[in-house]
Amino acid sequence: MKEIFLIAIPLLAAGAAFVWPNERTRPWLLPVTAGLHSLLALWLLASPPPLAADAWFGFDPLARAVLPMVSLLFLVCAIYGVTYLRIRAERKNRVFVTALLAMPGLLSLALQAQNLGLLWVAAEASTLVTIPLLHFNGTARAFEASWKYLLICGTGIAMSLLGSFCLGYASLYGGGSGDLAFATLVKQGTGLSHPWLVAAWVLLLAGYGTKMGLAPMHTWKPDAYGEAPGMVGALMAGGLTSMAFVAILRVKQVVDAAGAGDVTQRTLLAVGLFSMLVAALFLLGTPDFKRMLAYSSIEQMGILAVGAALGGAGIWAALFHVWTNGMTKGSLFLSAGNLRRAAGAQTADKAAGMAWRSPVSAGLFIAGILAVTACPPFGPFFSEIKIVLALFKTRDTLAATVFLGCLLFAFFGMTRLAFAIVDGRPRAGARKSSERFPELPGVIAPPLLFLSLSLWLGLATPSLLRDSWTAAAKLLFPTP
Amino acid sequence: MSGAMNLLIGLAMGFSLVALASSRLPSVISAAAFQGMILGILPLLLEEKFHWLVVAVAVGTIAVKGFVIPSLLRRALRAANIDREMEPLLGFVPSLLLGAAAIIGAAAIGAELPLRPEHAKSLLVPGSFATVVSGFILLTTRAKAISQVCGYLILENGIYLFGLLLINSTPLLVEAGILLDLTVAVFVIGIIMDRIQREFDTLDTRKLTSLRE
Repeated sequence: MKEIFLIAIPLLAAGAAFVWPNERTRPWLLPVTAGLHSLLALWLLASPPPLAADAWFGFDPLARAVLPMVSLLFLVCAIYGVTYLRIRAERKNRVFVTALLAMPGLLSLALQAQNLGLLWVAAEASTLVTIPLLHFNGTARAFEASWKYLLICGTGIAMSLLGSFCLGYASLYGGGSGDLAFATLVKQGTGLSHPWLVAAWVLLLAGYGTKMGLAPMHTWKPDAYGEAPGMVGALMAGGLTSMAFVAILRVKQVVDAAGAGDVTQRTLLAVGLFSMLVAALFLLGTPDFKRMLAYSSIEQMGILAVGAALGGAGIWAALFHVWTNGMTKGSLFLSAGNLRRAAGAQTADKAAGMAWRSPVSAGLFIAGILAVTACPPFGPFFSEIKIVLALFKTRDTLAATVFLGCLLFAFFGMTRLAFAIVDGRPRAGARKSSERFPELPGVIAPPLLFLSLSLWLGLATPSLLRDSWTAAAKLLFPTP
Repeated sequence: MSGAMNLLIGLAMGFSLVALASSRLPSVISAAAFQGMILGILPLLLEEKFHWLVVAVAVGTIAVKGFVIPSLLRRALRAANIDREMEPLLGFVPSLLLGAAAIIGAAAIGAELPLRPEHAKSLLVPGSFATVVSGFILLTTRAKAISQVCGYLILENGIYLFGLLLINSTPLLVEAGILLDLTVAVFVIGIIMDRIQREFDTLDTRKLTSLRE
C-alpha cells in the first residue's frame, strides 16, 4: 500500500500550506513535498508493488510508465517555484501554493485509478484545482482565460461523465453488473453492447480529448497557457494532458477488448492528424510566444493520439513521447516565463532582442524550440521517429505525408517566432522590467535541468523506463 | 412506481423548457433549482431497499442543487445588479423550438437504442438526452455568465438522469464524489464571476474578447 502515499503526501502538504502562517517560508513546502513524492515514485518504478484485485487504485504498468514523469516534472517546477514566488512577492501565495501542492496528489489518483468513476472524480478535481493557478497574475486577461477554461473543460468533462455512464450501461445491457472498474469491463469483453460502447467511446474521447487539448476541442488552451505563469503552463502541458491521455488509453483498452479496435484506431488517427494540422496552421501565424507554446502542445497531443492509434509499437513510442514531451515542455515554459517577465510583453512586436536582455533564458528557449520541433539530439527526435516508423509500417501514405508535413510547418512557424523574439533590437521599455527580474540561478537551473533530462532520455534511454513502457504497451495491446 | 417516475422526469424536462424560454435570470435560476430538486427525489423512488447512503445522497443533491447553488447564483445576480438576459445570441422563441425539437429527437433516439426491459417504458433515457441538449443550447447561446452557468447545471442534471440507470451498480461513493465536484465547481465559478464582474464591470461574456488570434 505504498502507492497511497503518492496521493496522500501532496494532499496533506496542500492542507499544511493552507494553514501555514508565513508567506515567505510557505513556498519551501513545494520542493520538500515534491522531493518526497519523486523519491517514492522512482522507488515504485524500480520495484513495482503487486496490484491488488478489485482495488480502487493501484500502481499498475500504465501508472508506472507515466506517473514518475509527472512526479519529476513537478519536482523541477517546485524548485523553480521557490525563486519565482520570491521575485513575485507582491502576490499572495497561500491559495497558489495550496492548489499547486494538491495537483500532483490528484494527478497521482487519476493516473492510478482502476475505476472509471473514480478516474472522472479525480480528473474533474484536478481541473478545478488548476483555476487558482491560472489567474495567479490577477489580470483581466487571466480571469477571461480562467472563465473560458472553466466552461470549455467543464463541458468536456461533463461529456466524459455521460460517456462513463454509457459504458456502464453497455455492460449492464450485455448482462454484466454495470460496474465501472476497468478490470471487470475488460473481462466482459465482447459481451458489452456494441451501440452503447461506440456512444461511450465517442463521448469519452471528446471529453478527455478536451482536457488533453485535441482539436477541435482545444480552444481553451492558447488562452490558458498564454495567461498562466510559466511553471503552471509546464505542469498543465506535461502533467494534466498526460493524465487525460492515460484516461483515453484506459478507455481504449476496454473498447479494444470489446472488439471495436478498428473504431478506436481510426478515430484516434483522424483526431490526431487533425490536431496536428490545426496546430501547424496556427503556429505559422501567431505573434504571441506563450500562445505559440499552447499550439505546440496541441501538436504534441496530436502526435500522442496518432501513436496510440498504431498498435503496440505505436503505444510504446507514445509513452516514450509522453516523457520527452513533458521534459522538453518543462524547459520551454520555464524559459518562456523568464523571457515574458524580462520583456514585460509576450508578442513579437513588443518583445525583441531578448538575447541582449536575458541571454541565458533566450539560449535555453531556442534550444527548447529546437528540441520540441524534433531536432536531434534531443529526446522528442527519438520518440517521434519511433512513431513515424510505426506509421510507415501501416503503409498509410496519406497519413504519413500529413504527419511529416505538419511537423515541417510547425518547425517553420516556431523558429520564425522564436528568432523574432530573441534577435533584433531590444525595445526601450524592456530595460526596466529586465532589470527588475534579473536572471537568478533559481530560475535558470530548472529549465536547464529539464533540457538535460530531455537530452538524456533521447541519447541514453534507461532500460528501466524501456521496460516500463513495454509492460504498459503489453497491457494495452496484448497481441503484438 | 414507474408512473410517478415518468411524471417527475416529464416535469424536469418541462423545467428545461422554462429555462430556455424565460428572459428573466431569476426564473432561469429557479428552473434549474426545481429541476435539481426533482432529480434529488428520483433515487428514493428507484431504490427498492432503504439504504442510508441513498438517503444521504438524495438529501445532499436536494440541498446542493436546490438551495446552495441557486443562492450562490442569486447573490452573484444581486452583486452584478442585473435581472435580464437582454441580447441572447439566439432568441427565446427559436431556442424554445430547438428545445422542443431536442425532446422529439431524444425520444426517437431513445426508441432506437437497445434498452433493458425494465428501462424500456421509462423516460430516463430520452429525458436525459433532451435535458443535456437543452443545457447545451443555454450554455452556447446566452451572453450572460449566469445563464451560461445555469446551462451547465441543466447539462449536469441531464447526465445525472442518465446515471440513475446505473444506480444499482455504481457504488454510491462515486455519486457522492460527483456531487462534491459539482458543488466545488459552482463555487469556483462563483468566485471567477465575482472577479470578472470587478475587472470588466459586467457579466456579459461578449466583452471577454481580449484573447483571440
